Amino acid sequence: MTQPSLALEVQDLDVRFGSTHAVRGVSFTVSDGESFGIVGESGCGKTTVLRCLAGLNTKWSGTIRLAGQVRSHHRDLAAARLAQMVFQDPYGSLHPRHTVDRVLAEVCQIHGLDDVEGRIDRVLRQVGLGPSFRFRYPHQLSGGQRQRVAIARALILQPRILLLDEPTSALDVSVQAEILNLFRRLRREFGLTLVLVTHNLAVVTNLCDRLVVMHTGRVVEALDAEVLRTGTPQEAYTRQLLAASRGYDRSTLAAAEALEMGL
Amino acid sequence: MSFDLLSVENLRVRFHLDKGTVEAVRGISFRMGREKLGIVGESGSGKSMTGRAILRLVQKPGSVTADAIRFNGRSGSRDLLTASPAEMQAIRGGQISMVMQDPKFSLNPVMTVGKQIAEAYRIHRKVGRTEARERAIAMLKAVRIRDPEAVFNRYPHEVSGGMGQRIMIAMMLIPDPDLLIADEPTSALDVTVQTQVLAIIDDLVTERGMGLILISHDLNLVASFCDRVLVMYGGRIVEECRAKDLHAATHPYTRGLLAALPTIDAPPGDLQVLTRDPAWMHA
Repeated sequence: MTQPSLALEVQDLDVRFGSTHAVRGVSFTVSDGESFGIVGESGCGKTTVLRCLAGLNTKWSGTIRLAGQVRSHHRDLAAARLAQMVFQDPYGSLHPRHTVDRVLAEVCQIHGLDDVEGRIDRVLRQVGLGPSFRFRYPHQLSGGQRQRVAIARALILQPRILLLDEPTSALDVSVQAEILNLFRRLRREFGLTLVLVTHNLAVVTNLCDRLVVMHTGRVVEALDAEVLRTGTPQEAYTRQLLAASRGYDRSTLAAAEALEMGL
Repeated sequence: MSFDLLSVENLRVRFHLDKGTVEAVRGISFRMGREKLGIVGESGSGKSMTGRAILRLVQKPGSVTADAIRFNGRSGSRDLLTASPAEMQAIRGGQISMVMQDPKFSLNPVMTVGKQIAEAYRIHRKVGRTEARERAIAMLKAVRIRDPEAVFNRYPHEVSGGMGQRIMIAMMLIPDPDLLIADEPTSALDVTVQTQVLAIIDDLVTERGMGLILISHDLNLVASFCDRVLVMYGGRIVEECRAKDLHAATHPYTRGLLAALPTIDAPPGDLQVLTRDPAWMHA
């Protein structure tokens, strides 16, 4: 039986792309209203996991439950209303010739929602953009404003879960701070569950309560953000990632190379 | 430390567009020696344009003006602003070279990496094929590539991002330049690979007595790697300090950036948001 308090349950998720075994038996659960991180280096499979959850990748095996409902392997509007995704690059994820209004209206149309006007108005306010942004094109917006539009597009369906794929890594430090603060506020106001994929440990400890560290398609370690903060992870790989994330320090090099030989 | 390797005086980069002139770099001056100088700033601060302007790589509709860009390399002192195109061609790569952000876009995809490195050497040194090949393999070894003979014959798509960036560094360093300009050289790399690549640059700078300009948006990286830091905002240098003192910076912009940066050790909670003061544009 699935406990009702789980927003997300992943069991033995496995993904292959031809001969590449991208995700190898990944399992984790996320409670309702929790903020959960998936951390790892490029090619570790973290984004693939998120794409399976969002339904963008349909060839996987294992079990995914969104709010207790088993996720199907095909496009699924009900699942889309439960979990929405925000992508890394706001320059690439918004149609360059659609206004903000059209981007947001399209979502309502697909899902047959009423009161489109009211919804667009409210959601723009929720992400900190006034109604004046409604008829602008992406090229008339800054990177941070575009990412707010992408977040509004996800929020307009009033999902329970936001899937965030490196949502701030294309942004400047000062803009990143604004977007991270926005996620924290949305989580508080709407009781949203956040699943954040990132390579940046500082972003994860800022936003998440718990996380998993992935490497070569597997979960290496599941831990509380507090463990990263106090610098006491169990696994050598996590410790090395942590050391490398603290800036340039030659003394971490030998350990990194030893680990690389061993893996 | 003598600051006589490069001195830039009142450098300006302007772009003349239909809708008016955009000033990317607005009258900056700095001097550097054979040290590791970091330039940090956000996008649009002018940090990359500064690197390009030194090499006269700013294309039209951009224009570069300065009182002087004096470079004191192995072939004597000269003003890069007035050097002829032929002289600049010899300086680029030979005495000042540049590593860009992403090896995927900087390497020639239809030429083996070994040939590209050997070519870089042969353009600046009059040597035969065999000697260039030997030097290229030695250089691959110097950037800690384990099987240099095998890697020599590979194409760029057959190497990883970290290895690609080491190959770029090998190519840029083989003519033994006096100054290396590295524009976000590790931003496309994973953190663990980043440390390896920086350690290689660090060693080469120290062993060869080279100067390095490291352009980056990453304050922690610059603070932990460089000797000195220039902080740019709106095309100007707003602060200059020793890298290890960056965390005690005094300019409100630098302080704001540091406060906006999430850190692993900090408890969760709202980050300080940078409030931009129009006065910083004129400071």
